[in-house]
Amino acid sequence: MNIAAPIEKRQPKNYASDQEVRWCPGCGDYAILKAVERTLADIGARPETTVFVSGIGCAARFPYYLSTYGFHSIHGRAPAIATGIKLANPDLDVWIVSGDGDALSIGGNHLLHILRRNVDVQLLLFNNEIYGLTKGQYSPTSRAGTRSPSTPEGSVEAPVSAAVFALGAGARFVARGVDTQQKYLPGVLARAHAHKGASLVEILQNCIVYNDGIFAHFTDREVAAERQIHVEHGKPLRFGANGEKGLRVRPGTLDVEVVEIGKGGMTEADVLVHDETNRTMAGLLARMAPPAMPVALGVLYCDPMPSYERQVAALVDAAKAKHKAPDLNALLRRGHTWTVGAPRREPDAPAED
Amino acid sequence: MEGSAALKGGSPQRKQLESAVVRFAGDSGDGMQLTGDRFTLATALAGNDLATFPDFPAEIRAPAGTTYGVSAYQINFGAREIKTSGDTVDVLIAMNPAALKVNLEDVHAGGLLLVDSGAFGEKNLRKAGYDHNPLENGSLKGFRLIKIDMSQLTLDALKDTGLSKKDALRCKNMWALGLVYWIFDRDRQATADSLRQKFKAKPEVAAGMVAALNAGHAFGETAEISADIGAFTVPPAAIGSGVYHNVTGTEAVAWGLVAGTMLAGLKMVFCSYPITPASGILHTLARLKEYGIVTFQAEDEIAAVCAAIGASYAGAIGVTSSSGPGIALKTEGIGLAAATELPLVVVNTQRAGPSTGMPTKTEQSDLYQAVFGRNADCPVVVLAARSPADCFETTIEAVRLATRYMTPVMLLSDGYIANASEPWALPDADGFARFPVIHHHETTGFHPFQRDSETLARPWAIPGTPGLTHRIGGLERDYDTGNVSYDPANHQRMTDARAAKIAGVAREFPPQAVELGNDHGPLAVVGWGSTYGPINRAVGNLREAGLDVAHIHLRHIWPLPTNLGDLLKSYEKILIPEMNNGQLITLLRSEYLVPAEGLHKVTGKPFTIAEVEAAVRARLEA
Repeated sequence: MNIAAPIEKRQPKNYASDQEVRWCPGCGDYAILKAVERTLADIGARPETTVFVSGIGCAARFPYYLSTYGFHSIHGRAPAIATGIKLANPDLDVWIVSGDGDALSIGGNHLLHILRRNVDVQLLLFNNEIYGLTKGQYSPTSRAGTRSPSTPEGSVEAPVSAAVFALGAGARFVARGVDTQQKYLPGVLARAHAHKGASLVEILQNCIVYNDGIFAHFTDREVAAERQIHVEHGKPLRFGANGEKGLRVRPGTLDVEVVEIGKGGMTEADVLVHDETNRTMAGLLARMAPPAMPVALGVLYCDPMPSYERQVAALVDAAKAKHKAPDLNALLRRGHTWTVGAPRREPDAPAED
Repeated sequence: MEGSAALKGGSPQRKQLESAVVRFAGDSGDGMQLTGDRFTLATALAGNDLATFPDFPAEIRAPAGTTYGVSAYQINFGAREIKTSGDTVDVLIAMNPAALKVNLEDVHAGGLLLVDSGAFGEKNLRKAGYDHNPLENGSLKGFRLIKIDMSQLTLDALKDTGLSKKDALRCKNMWALGLVYWIFDRDRQATADSLRQKFKAKPEVAAGMVAALNAGHAFGETAEISADIGAFTVPPAAIGSGVYHNVTGTEAVAWGLVAGTMLAGLKMVFCSYPITPASGILHTLARLKEYGIVTFQAEDEIAAVCAAIGASYAGAIGVTSSSGPGIALKTEGIGLAAATELPLVVVNTQRAGPSTGMPTKTEQSDLYQAVFGRNADCPVVVLAARSPADCFETTIEAVRLATRYMTPVMLLSDGYIANASEPWALPDADGFARFPVIHHHETTGFHPFQRDSETLARPWAIPGTPGLTHRIGGLERDYDTGNVSYDPANHQRMTDARAAKIAGVAREFPPQAVELGNDHGPLAVVGWGSTYGPINRAVGNLREAGLDVAHIHLRHIWPLPTNLGDLLKSYEKILIPEMNNGQLITLLRSEYLVPAEGLHKVTGKPFTIAEVEAAVRARLEA
């Protein structure tokens, strides 16, 4: 059914559906929608083979606003639905749009398993550290002390880090972006798409109504350069307004620290070079948080392995190649059969258990 | 009465029986399921009709010798048509004290007890809770007790095989089987062949088992004790000619799914999470990949149903399978499939509940869950299989209806049908009616909830198709565009449309037939699912005795057949035996306002024929 579409360069606007977008004015989701449309145009996505699957939450409305195939399912279950889609048709290009509650609370189990199985999907996890659609309760990524309708004295729970969780689950691609960073986000999404396997992209997204400014301490223009590090494979892990800072292994530990090049005898040679195939390094980067450390953005980890649905399809193909064309009568007559009406009853088939 | 053509006395000549019920019982580790299975095959090859009832504990390796570790396998076989695994046991083979204790109550007075006296040591007696050895204290005098030290005789027979004592003792089930083969004049060849095949990696074990089998048989032939036991023949039954396969409900469901998928011309994605007693379907299908079957062991029940829904959305037939508690977890997903109007087959192999209940014991108490168990007004199609072989055809119907009507279909089986087996005259698959699915491809005027004027089904438009990109989801959809809608009148219209679509499925069903008896009269016994055997035999027996009683058996639980109301109203009384506390009865009373009465049993065991007969007599003679 995958007929090639006419070769024409689609523009981002060609990926918008005719439905009115109904997020709150100023919501970070608008910027992410824009970045996704940009990405789809950049990679030349064919709408008829592209599927967006979502669960429940503000982010989950996403599929309605795109002109591709879309399935708005139930709370937390988008990874399971997407797995079924890929098992039925591995050629489809499947994107999952989820939120911190959808992916890490009610759907945490499915997130774990789609990542470890390595189903070839792009999983965009919009993390705004709050429940928006249900009106402002704390979420599994909310910081301790978060005051919300359900935690009036402040949350006493330790939050989960999406990127650290994904690495722990065995994900082969983990990246992080910020909703408004149109300069970076489409590139990260395109990398996620190019990765054949489960690609998790945590997108830090501002909820203007219930959690406004929750990331401002490292996204505001005045502090961004000092508190963000955009990592790139093969490049030194440097940041700061003029790239004067860098990350190095703290001597005698399995941890990283910030150094200033030119101070205390530090040179570029002391700074770590990003190796996106190094899971240990990815873990260290994923855990970094202000104020002591910058927030790591970009592709933290990418180390491909064969995808789940391709391996499953290969097993089916191998079985088909080994056996004759499927025949129902042969199936029913497997194992012990006997014939009634013959002079003497004999087993028709050799004993096979 | 089924199974009552019993073994009345010992005679060195073979006495001819119309039918017999044999139960092998022992410790979980004694290999009773294998023993029963081999006896079943030999009996089928001898030309008898038969029905089996494996009954095993939930514990994987319960402590040896305990009552809760007892595993049993019952077979009823005869020279006539066999409809149940038998009310009472004619021959009990008890391999230890616990097996005797647990199973004795099912042996009728005067029945034969073949007991391995070698396993009745003090330790085993204590574990079974016996203060005194029942073989010695006269408590079994109402039975014909035959004490044989099978353990020692097996060791003696295998002393030159080189097997360790432990391994040799594990062959004592085959020794017992050999003796039972002699008692019923069964051929050992197929069993010997299959043992050699099954244990081909351990030829010394296979040789030991065959040697034990032969030794048990020789014991029957030569020992003086034979005169006490008696020897019998059960002549072949007059059953139709054809190729037969002894099939369990589990196998028949799996094969029905493969057949339905092939007849629809689709790919199947079978998604399941392990649960007793449903896992066998997953295991069977996992070995059928050459039929293009994709099996997916999901992380949980919810993921299983959702992956099946995703597969259906992408154009395959998504199937999920579980038992009661697992079905409960799938409920929200089934609602999503109903709302998005995607085909989905849900197999529910019911078990005793509520909650975890008794996982290895049978019950048919998920009818409410199947028909009503979702939030909001959410009708789906519900079918119920009546026997192991009937699972095949019912499953094909489930696939056909799911794809034709774009709806979830729940297929109800139960632990009894799943594990029990019966000989099945194999149909010729070349004669099956195909129902090829052609996914929607017409782009003109397309929207995802455009309904077929006859079936009210929406088009199955799948990703990958140019020109049909669309969005669906759990939010209510506009009747005319498929877009999200909160319009009050539209929700009414869509709710009505979903209900009308499912109600309309009844047009596919043949008029409800009467299995036995007249289409009117003083009493109809109405059943569904695995109660078919005992109800049918009971009604047949009573009709032979001159009572005017009819048997009606439902496959179509929802929607109900269109003539059912009128049919039920043509009887003065209606009796509904169910292995639950009264569920179909609620449905039929509420749908038709008929004064049905229930007969309820939730012991984890199927109805006996006698129980149904007694209930019918009570109604007719009242």
